[in-house]
Amino acid sequence: MSQQLINLTLNGVPTKVSVPVDMSALEMIRNVTGLTGTKYGCGEGECGACTILLDGVSLNSCLLFAVECDGRQVTTIEGLASDPLGLRIEKAFVEAGAVQCGFCTPGMVVQARQLLQDNPHPTREEIQRGIEGNLCRCTGYVKIIDAIEAIAVGKES
Amino acid sequence: MTALDNYVAPTSLEEAVEQLLELGEVTILAGGTDLMPQANAGRVKFKRTLMNIRRIPELRGIAREGDEIRIGALATISEIMAHPLVREHLPLLVSAGDHFASNQIRNAGTLGGNVCNASPAGDTLVPLMVLGASVELASMLDDKLYRRTMQLPEFFVGPGKTRLATAELLAAVRIPVPPQGFVARFHKFGTRPALDISAISIGVGGVLKNGVFSDVRVAFGAVAPTPVCGCATEEALEGKKLDAATIAAAAVAARDEVHPISDVRASDWYRKEMIHNMTKRILEDVSTTH
Repeated sequence: MSQQLINLTLNGVPTKVSVPVDMSALEMIRNVTGLTGTKYGCGEGECGACTILLDGVSLNSCLLFAVECDGRQVTTIEGLASDPLGLRIEKAFVEAGAVQCGFCTPGMVVQARQLLQDNPHPTREEIQRGIEGNLCRCTGYVKIIDAIEAIAVGKES
Repeated sequence: MTALDNYVAPTSLEEAVEQLLELGEVTILAGGTDLMPQANAGRVKFKRTLMNIRRIPELRGIAREGDEIRIGALATISEIMAHPLVREHLPLLVSAGDHFASNQIRNAGTLGGNVCNASPAGDTLVPLMVLGASVELASMLDDKLYRRTMQLPEFFVGPGKTRLATAELLAAVRIPVPPQGFVARFHKFGTRPALDISAISIGVGGVLKNGVFSDVRVAFGAVAPTPVCGCATEEALEGKKLDAATIAAAAVAARDEVHPISDVRASDWYRKEMIHNMTKRILEDVSTTH
């Protein structure tokens, strides 16, 4: 398999990596650059655990070819630690008890950020629609929706 | 069997079609949302070269050109749904996009990719057929960039099969601006709202004037090897007053003209019943439009 040298900005840091042409961005993020916050759930775009931002837009990194990250901005859950909205979402998740096993949480938080960026005051139904590409097998979603709603209505504690 | 050993990312349409002609064995990468899982599952084998077409500006953008709206092959489903021209003239694409996979996949998946995958259940295909869309295909001819257009129903040959030639690239989808009074609906029926593959889908469009439905287009998804025109249903509706008798006759025509298969998602009998019931429901909804 031929390797391709690519330059990307990963969580604000210019990064140069060599990746096989058929590698997914998820594999690159976890196994080449060593950022393991982004999770592998299904590998088919069904579960959303691998959600990242590419040039500020959320997508499934398991469906993205690593070579497509060349010249672009990649933001993972680790990158949201220095993002004001990302931090608010993380805090709201903790306060609402929206985290159980935690496996879906990074993808949920990244997608919640996309949702709140597109629509700062979503209704509960809009929140449900916004995270329909993210599966959680622990919480039944209620507390996750509560957490996002807390930000939407400005009721963060 | 040759393995994938080459990667190219052309930055113009001309360069891309030149390379297609030169390299021959090429797998095209656009959004990747179908290519990646299909390749991982072994359903698609990479050819020798992977061509990433995402760096080609001519394949981007949505613009009005005369009486048509041209949607670049690389426009993502999210970009299409948010675009003012689409929202004004092609609301059918907005409502169809709403049922397309998930937000993350709409942000990555492209219209050109959905069309070239030619899935009988492809979510944009039935609405595009109702809108009378054609595809703009680019290739090199006598050392010059050559474009031809083809009506969508003609483009589809079978599941995953199109009339796209080996050294040809789908550059855009062209949609005539619908006339005054044009009403259209799309209904996708699956078992859950998100991330589902349709058991059936139906699109209906036409001009409704004083209760009379004309210039009718009907298309069905997931009932044949390709998305298909509902020609008998169209005939049952064309120029008729959209009353209960017309709607009932059209629903029967729809059921009788589709020949679906039984598979993991639904039986042939169930698909036919759903086509009947949903066609009726959609037409009742259209008839109440003012």
